[in-house]
Amino acid sequence: MSTDYDVEKGDSVHPGKPVTVDRYTAGARVNHWITAISLVLLALSGLALFHPRLFFLTGLFGGGPLTRIIHPWIGVLLFFSFFGLFLRFWKANLWKREDGTWLARIRDVLTGHEERLPEVGKYNAGQKFVFWSMSALIIVLITTGLIIWDQYFSVFTTIEQKRWAVLIHAIAAICAISVWIIHVYAAIWVRGTIRAMTRGSVTGGWAWRHHRKWLRELVGKASKGKSTPAE
Amino acid sequence: MFPPVPNPTTQPVPPKFGDQDLIRRSASTVTPPAQRQTEVAKLIDVSKCIGCKACQSACIEWNDTHPEIGINTGVYDNPHDLTPDMFTLMRFTEWENPETNNLEWLIRKDGCMHCEDPGCLKACPAPGAIVQYSNGIVDFIHENCIGCGYCIKGCPFNIPRISQVTHTAYKCTLCSDRIAVGQGPACAKACPTQAIVFGTKDEMKEHAAGRITDLKSRGFANAGLYDPPGVGGTHVMYVLHHADKPEIYAGLPNNPRISPIVEAWKGVTKYAGLAVIGFAAAAGFMHYLVAGPNRVSEEDEEAAEKLTGEEPRP
Repeated sequence: MSTDYDVEKGDSVHPGKPVTVDRYTAGARVNHWITAISLVLLALSGLALFHPRLFFLTGLFGGGPLTRIIHPWIGVLLFFSFFGLFLRFWKANLWKREDGTWLARIRDVLTGHEERLPEVGKYNAGQKFVFWSMSALIIVLITTGLIIWDQYFSVFTTIEQKRWAVLIHAIAAICAISVWIIHVYAAIWVRGTIRAMTRGSVTGGWAWRHHRKWLRELVGKASKGKSTPAE
Repeated sequence: MFPPVPNPTTQPVPPKFGDQDLIRRSASTVTPPAQRQTEVAKLIDVSKCIGCKACQSACIEWNDTHPEIGINTGVYDNPHDLTPDMFTLMRFTEWENPETNNLEWLIRKDGCMHCEDPGCLKACPAPGAIVQYSNGIVDFIHENCIGCGYCIKGCPFNIPRISQVTHTAYKCTLCSDRIAVGQGPACAKACPTQAIVFGTKDEMKEHAAGRITDLKSRGFANAGLYDPPGVGGTHVMYVLHHADKPEIYAGLPNNPRISPIVEAWKGVTKYAGLAVIGFAAAAGFMHYLVAGPNRVSEEDEEAAEKLTGEEPRP
């Protein structure tokens, strides 16, 4: 099983024309969309309190005080929701040797020359970057966020610590929003990706083109299962 | 003696300053008025204070706050800190002067300093929750306050307090409502020794100079005025008998300024942050225009079908 590090629960191939490949279970998809909605709401409410020109966004949340109240609670929801995603996806996001090669040929990635890239598993180096940077940023955001959640936690830290926390929170949030833009753009740019998170499956061609190693593993597993059913 | 602010007429008078006199408004840009009003100031002469707390009582009465009944922990400070219901506080320090070996009882009336460059206002994200009038008064407008606590992080003097009842921030208003109709602050009115006096900033500096000369003649060689330039000067000033070491007065900051962390957060981070986000979005858009979508080809699908053992397509 050592080669199947990146095959996740529920991943399987369905032969046919075209081939379809199950990529995300219903649980993973619901988990993802809860995280996604939380992140968008957090970005909107956070930006409203970050820059005066964006203060009007508090209108979406029922005004300034309600924005101030609701933002940290959505943060708590996002933290636990993302933690669920982390438990599901961390193993398949471990760094592999081909990821370095893939990253070194980032020009070929951006210009669409996939034939020059190494075969990669369920996630390529770009997706792994999104996964690990979001994981790290969310830990930073929840920690600094609790420090500046004055209504409940103001007595536990000094004003100087809160000043650092609010600055780091803002910088981490900017990084997270930027990573999110990369994530969303990649999903739009690479056609056939979004259905993985809506219906849960991709076409065989998509898997062949972008995650051939993963596809080979799944096919190998399926044929192995067929040949030795009594195992 | 500095002449006290005379009692005003009992006839209603229009307020002397208002929204048209704002020189700063939090999270907004204002056009400052062409003519700045005469700057006012409160001068607190620490050497004349007897610690009677009449100023605290007057403040409570005028602002109609209801501080909680506290407990005695063996110190004179009561309450033990500024609260959303206590805008000013006598802080008592027992200090042994190393030069004379005398015990000096230092009593400083703490409260908002009404900085010329207010850190609270700089940090505030809510439009119009903190304002500065052209006479120098920094005021909190509660209906615009969202209770985020950013003013606490911005303040170099640790003054604002958030109420757990109304969830908005409170501090000394310099009795802006009294000054608007020609009265002095309630604390100054109540002070029995004229340790607190109120007037224009120039008058207060002049009065302070006289007091400092007097103190120097009595052996306080380092007597001086506390009007810290790091925050552009303040509209509440102290006469200190040991102006060379303000920190002995219950931690009055020596050379206070808006924290560089707050400056970075409200300065470069704000602009660079939005620029980074905008750049990420623009880069994605440009890439899409230049490179176009990355589509799965017919050959990719056929390769997958072959891999899974399907018959080749006709």
